[in-house]
Amino acid sequence: MKSEYDVLVIGGGPGGAVAAWTAAKKGLSTCLIEKRPAIGAPVRCAEGVGKKLLTEFLDPDPRWISADIKRARIIAPDGTEIQLKEDQAGAEVGYVLDRKIFDRELVWKASEAGADVYVKTRAVKPILEDSIVKGAVVESCGTQQEVRAAVTIAADGVESKFARWCGIDSTVPVDELMSCIQYLVTDIDVDPVCNDFYLGNEVAPQGYLWVFAKGERCANIGIGIPAAKRGPGNRAKDYLDHFMAEHYPDGKIIECIFGGDPVCKPLDCTVTDGLMIVGDAARVVDPITGGGIGNAMVTGRLAAEVAAEAIAKGDTSKAALMPYDEGWRNSKMGQGLERNYKVKEFFIKLSDEKMNDLADSIAHIDFAEFSVRALVMELIKRNPKMLFELRELKDALKH
Amino acid sequence: MLNIRREICGYCGACVSVCPEGALELIDAYLTVDSETCISCGICTKACPLGALEVTDEV
Repeated sequence: MKSEYDVLVIGGGPGGAVAAWTAAKKGLSTCLIEKRPAIGAPVRCAEGVGKKLLTEFLDPDPRWISADIKRARIIAPDGTEIQLKEDQAGAEVGYVLDRKIFDRELVWKASEAGADVYVKTRAVKPILEDSIVKGAVVESCGTQQEVRAAVTIAADGVESKFARWCGIDSTVPVDELMSCIQYLVTDIDVDPVCNDFYLGNEVAPQGYLWVFAKGERCANIGIGIPAAKRGPGNRAKDYLDHFMAEHYPDGKIIECIFGGDPVCKPLDCTVTDGLMIVGDAARVVDPITGGGIGNAMVTGRLAAEVAAEAIAKGDTSKAALMPYDEGWRNSKMGQGLERNYKVKEFFIKLSDEKMNDLADSIAHIDFAEFSVRALVMELIKRNPKMLFELRELKDALKH
Repeated sequence: MLNIRREICGYCGACVSVCPEGALELIDAYLTVDSETCISCGICTKACPLGALEVTDEV
């Protein structure tokens, strides 16, 4: 490993990989480090992603697409179903990925573009000079060395520590961390092109339980619920095991996946002198779906683009890197995060009865667009009597 | 003090993100707690999807 690069990327998930790929393509000397011994494993993800966003980065490839999703269902506490279908005109729902292959593909792209990649290599502490981040001390198989960089990009995920070491408080409020568990289940009857979302206080209080098809007779079945009220007997695992016993008692679990998903607001500021923070580490996860792959890639790319400009000008101060923070925050993605945060705040307060009523009001509509906005618009339209209660949602949609 | 039950831990790092003191760290697949920094507040015990963390009276 060299001791000096233009850009040091910490973390080899989609955010870090796209940051390194973009930086390398721009001709910057780039180093990506991943603390795990393998890229893409262990998976900590339900693997669902929107098509449009994904194809901005890569052409779809059957090697890392487990299922091409045509339909989705939201199942209310009383069993009422809201159906979302891909319309004939070609609106698209999404893919369920194989993250082990997908993440490798992205890192391979970064490597092909010229980035150095090191696995089982972690950042131990930042190199700070007058509070300016100048890279990191990294440890690889017991040996420590300094890696200096003009710009460091922290893509170290939900368990991010790097930003904190650089003075940015990245603590996730415990009621806004979704405590998650997922089983990869085989030999079950599932619609191979459908994703299901189960709602309700019995099945997944203030969160949801998902069944994402991963091809024929195989699905990611998982749950995310706020961590705050968890204790013995009511953890994510207890709820998921209960659901499995009821719905898929004969399914074979061939993988167990655990994780935390931050559905809080993004960090107040995602840059400081010499440092940018991307993806889950920046807390740019969709607060409604918990999805973070697309936003990680978007922020990773933008961070590298801004880094390239800053490096070219010889100024990587906080002010010079701010266009990254402002850029994603003012983008459609940033505005969507802000809107969906407000929508989430509304929905988590709903009782099962209210959820049933709302679901019933839109149960007979065939949705062509699979989006939070489309659903909320329809809810408002169909529930004039609830308009007062829904006003917060209406306000949220203005932005 | 915080006790990590390693036979239960799924090394996912959910607990790391909620620790207000930054006392936890996931090093590869090994969860560590800095006993000097940990204040035994128990917040991390809620975040764990499996129940691998517990605050005990032992010092």
